[in-house]
Amino acid sequence: MGYRKKTVILAALAVTFAGLYVFYDLSGNIGYILPRRVIKVVAIILTGGAIAFSTTIFMTITNNRILTPSVLGLDSLYLLTQTVIIFVFGSRSLIMMSSNLNYLVSIGIMILFSLLLYRLLFRGEKNNIYFLLLIGMIVGTFFESFTSFMQVLIDPNEFMVAQDRMFASINNVNTDLVYLSIILVIFVTLYFLRYYKYLDVLALGKDIAVNLGVPYNYVVKRLLVIVAILTAIATALIGPITFLGLLVVNIAHEFLKTFKHFYLIIGSILISIIALLGGQFIAERVFSFQTPISVIINFIGGIYFIYLLLKENKSW
Amino acid sequence: MVGIKDVFKSYNQKKVIDGVSLEIEKGTITSFIGPNGAGKSTLISMISRLITKDDGEISIDGRDIMKSKNNDLAKKVSILKQSNQINMKLTIRELVSFGRFPYSQGRLKNEDWEKVDEAIDYMELRDMQHKYLDELSGGQRQRAHIAMVIAQDTEYILLDEPLNNLDMRHSVQIMKTLRRLVDELGKTILIVIHDINFASCYSDHIVALKDGKIVKHGRTCDVIDKCVLKEIYDMDIDIKHIDNKRICVYF
Repeated sequence: MGYRKKTVILAALAVTFAGLYVFYDLSGNIGYILPRRVIKVVAIILTGGAIAFSTTIFMTITNNRILTPSVLGLDSLYLLTQTVIIFVFGSRSLIMMSSNLNYLVSIGIMILFSLLLYRLLFRGEKNNIYFLLLIGMIVGTFFESFTSFMQVLIDPNEFMVAQDRMFASINNVNTDLVYLSIILVIFVTLYFLRYYKYLDVLALGKDIAVNLGVPYNYVVKRLLVIVAILTAIATALIGPITFLGLLVVNIAHEFLKTFKHFYLIIGSILISIIALLGGQFIAERVFSFQTPISVIINFIGGIYFIYLLLKENKSW
Repeated sequence: MVGIKDVFKSYNQKKVIDGVSLEIEKGTITSFIGPNGAGKSTLISMISRLITKDDGEISIDGRDIMKSKNNDLAKKVSILKQSNQINMKLTIRELVSFGRFPYSQGRLKNEDWEKVDEAIDYMELRDMQHKYLDELSGGQRQRAHIAMVIAQDTEYILLDEPLNNLDMRHSVQIMKTLRRLVDELGKTILIVIHDINFASCYSDHIVALKDGKIVKHGRTCDVIDKCVLKEIYDMDIDIKHIDNKRICVYF
C-alpha cells in the first residue's frame, strides 16, 4: 500500500472520530451541547495539528527523531511567560484580562526564545544530539521549577487566575482563544509554504542541504519561529502534552515510509488528531473521565521514548 | 578557476588553516594529500561554503563565494563529505534526484529525470536504483552519493575522501569515473585523498598540506618525490616507476 492511500485512510479515520465525538449520544439540549462539542473538537484538531506540524519541522531541521519542541522545554516556557506576566502585571491588568492580548504577548516571547535557541542549536560547527537533549531537559525543568517558584510568591487570588490559565487541559479547553488560533494557524501555514520546498532537502542533513543551495541559516531560523508559534498555540489551547509530538511524528515516519514532507506533515497531523480525539472519546465514554488522556499519552509516549533511545544507541 | 587567497581558519585558537593561497586550474583533478589534521577537509569545506573562513578570499571563476547566491553556487560547485548519515527512508533513485534541486526546486521536469538517469548509469547503479539506502553496503551508498553529485551537474566537484569504505574494485571504478568526468565533460575535480598511490595515478595536480600550510603544490610528478614526501609524512617512501606511473612503497 502506498503512502497516498495510507494518508487517505488516516483522513477517513480522523473524520470518523471527529463525527463520533460530536454526534455520539447527542440528546437533551442539542442547541447547548452541539456548539460546545464542536468548539472542543476544533480546539483538539488545532492542538493536535499544531503539535504534529511543529514537531515534524523540528525533527527535520535538527535531523533527529528524539528531540521535540516540548522535550526542549518550549511548552514549559509558555507556562513560564504566563506566570511572569501575572507576577509582573497582576491578574487584573489589561494584559491579563484580555486573553487575546496576553496570547499575542506570550507568542512574541516564544519567538524571541526560539531565536535564542537557534543560536544555541545551529551556530556551532558540530552538534551533539545527546548534549542538546540534556540541555533541553535541564532548561525544561528549570522553566517548570521557576514557574512554581513564582506561583508560590504571588497572592493566592492571583494564583487562582494563573492556575486557570495554565491548567488548560483537554477537558478545560481555552475556548476564547480558538478563533485567534485559527487565524494564526492559517497565517503560519501560509508563511510556511514559502519554505516548504526546503524541508525534504533539509532532512538530508546540513552539509547536503548547503551543497544543494539551501540558504541554510536563513531558512532554519524562520522555520524555528514557525515551530515556536505552533507550540504556543497548542500549549495555550490544551496545555502541554509532552510526548504526543514524539509519538505521532515517529509513527507517521514508520507508517508512511516516505521522505516527502507533504505526506509526512499531513500524516502526522492526522495521526495526532486521531490519537487525541480517539483517546478523548475513550477517556470520556469508557473511563468516564477517570483517567485524563494526557496521562495515557504520556505513559505510552514515555515507553516509546525509552525504546527509541535504546534503538538509536545501538545504531550509533 | 578556483582562487584561494590568504585564507585562515582556527578552532578554539588552534590554527587549522594558516594562510593558504592557491589557484586551481579548470579541467583538472587536483588531489589534496597530507597527514591527519593537516586541514585538507577544512580547506575543501571552506571552498564549498560548508564552513566559514576567518579571513581571506575564496573565489570561483572570479566571483567571491560569499557574494554569490546560494542557489547559483549550487549549480557551479558541489561537495560530498565523508560521512553522510541520512535517517530518511530513501531509495538510490530518490537520493540522486535530489541532485537536481538547485535547478528544479523539488519539481523535477523531464530533462531533470534524464540527468538523474544519466548519473545513475554513470555510477552503474541501474540494477539497484530502487533499493533503500539503509539496505546498501557502505560502498554502494558512497556511489549513490557520488551519483547525486553527478546529477547536480556542476563544473566543480569537491570530494572529501570518497574512497573511504570502498574496496579496491570500487575505488578504482570511482577514480576512473572521476577521470572520465574531467576528460569527457571538462569538469574540475578537487579531492581529498589518503592513499597517495591513487593520488599519484589519477590526478593532474597535487596539493600537499601539513599543519594548515601548503608544503608543495604542483604537477603530480613533482610532488610524488622522495624528498617532498619525506617532508610531508616524516617517512622514507620509496618511489617505483611502473608502467609510467609513480608508485609509492611505504609498507
